[in-house]
Amino acid sequence: MNTATRFSGVMPFMNLIQFLKPMVFLLCLLPLLLVVWNGINNNLGVNPAETILDTMGNWGIYFLLITLSVTPVRKITGWGGVIRLRRMFGLFAFFYVCLHLLSYIWFDQYFDWNEILNDIIKRPFITLGFVTFLLLVPLVITSTNKMMLRLKKNWKKLHFLVYPIAVFATIHFLLMTRADFGHPLLIAGILSLLLGYRLYFSMQRKRSN
Amino acid sequence: MSILIKKPDDIKPSEITDQKVYEGRREFIKKMGLASTALLGAGQLSLAEAKAYPNLTKSQFSTTTDKLTSLKDITSYNNFYEFGTGKSDPAKNAGDFNPKPWSVRVEGECEKQGDFHLEDLIKPHTLEERIYRFRCVEGWSMVIPWVGVPLADMIKRFKPTSKAKFVEFETLYDPERMPGQRIKTLPWPYIDGLRMDEAMNPLTLMAVGLYGDELPNQNGAPIRLVVPWKYGFKNIKSIVKIRFVEKQARSTWHEVNDREYGFYSNVNPEVDHPRWSQKTERRIGEPFWAPKHKTLKFNGYEEQVAHLYKGMDLKKFY
Repeated sequence: MNTATRFSGVMPFMNLIQFLKPMVFLLCLLPLLLVVWNGINNNLGVNPAETILDTMGNWGIYFLLITLSVTPVRKITGWGGVIRLRRMFGLFAFFYVCLHLLSYIWFDQYFDWNEILNDIIKRPFITLGFVTFLLLVPLVITSTNKMMLRLKKNWKKLHFLVYPIAVFATIHFLLMTRADFGHPLLIAGILSLLLGYRLYFSMQRKRSN
Repeated sequence: MSILIKKPDDIKPSEITDQKVYEGRREFIKKMGLASTALLGAGQLSLAEAKAYPNLTKSQFSTTTDKLTSLKDITSYNNFYEFGTGKSDPAKNAGDFNPKPWSVRVEGECEKQGDFHLEDLIKPHTLEERIYRFRCVEGWSMVIPWVGVPLADMIKRFKPTSKAKFVEFETLYDPERMPGQRIKTLPWPYIDGLRMDEAMNPLTLMAVGLYGDELPNQNGAPIRLVVPWKYGFKNIKSIVKIRFVEKQARSTWHEVNDREYGFYSNVNPEVDHPRWSQKTERRIGEPFWAPKHKTLKFNGYEEQVAHLYKGMDLKKFY
């Protein structure tokens, strides 16, 4: 008898998640696959460097928001299994942030490390982008089950960093915008909702204590 | 042999020559010459005549070393917020914009004030082809074969007075026809200007076309400014007013954010935009994985324009 049937009575969601996970994984890869496909077909627009840089940056932020949506979705729908997708979403956020950073290093600066360092020091939106990347690194390193067990209560404290990370990423986006603030403001709005939701519940909890 | 020049209105889009034919026009005309008598009757010359501006004077100021950016790229990647803030918005939204008829009001410190039909503004001058580098403040660049007349020649006809120290241009304000103006992304109408000596520099062009044809709507039809040593946003589009003024001309981007967009806005790799370096540029059409171009001072037109700024601290007057 395989594991799935053995656990089916106890944890039906686990089955659903085990079934969903590979599909969600592929879905998360889709933005990258689309860029690659369009690149092969010479379909990345007039300024492909800009298209790639922007697309990767956008998906980095989208995945941060998706990661932050997991808890509200769980609370609202009552479906606990969704929590098992959270780590994957978080890692995909890092994945797209890395591709965004790589696009900047390659297409924008062509590995001119002096110029990159200069940018990080001199330009607030690049500083913020770089800090966002750096803050993500410890979260990725401690994302394994083993690390979770080892860090115990500290794990939660450390992973609280995801909130400043999402805020920094959004400000990074706002600061680099020249005229059309619609897109970054939409991101800022969604982020406010996600953070507001948590604030509301933590305040309620305090009141009931 | 006389060549029949059609009025721009008579040209159907289907008759417009594509870029390949344009680039091979000399070859084409040579071949035509060999067989001219035989073919004239068959109407084969239509390819060569279809262009709005078939006989352009070449210019000594045209770059000979840069590869032309394709017509497709020039017309599908535009900053023209009057038609939307996205780079592809102008190509999408400017299709219905009809720039005919068009008149330009000339006012301020000059003797020949008044409203001029576009045709009357252009007619007294010889149209030239000017192949210029075009550098956007955002860090990308193109090489564009403009069609136009030197602004200096046009200005002389208006007889500016001794009080005219600057010249200010204004874009059409018509939210009905320019949907981007329904949102206040910028304080409309768009205005920008030049110091008089900049305007009179032989490089400064009033453009009415590109690639031998009329200006596409998304590129600022029917008449726009081209100042190749300045960042793109100084090259104001769809001009309806030319105003001679005594005090420094207004400049929309400068007024919106003077820290990021100076009045002069000369291309200068030594002066960074506060949010990004201006040392390099992405040449549109080149492989995106390749290194960018080094940006040249005054966009490579130092020889022609550096004297205009002698003694000025370009870090202060950016």
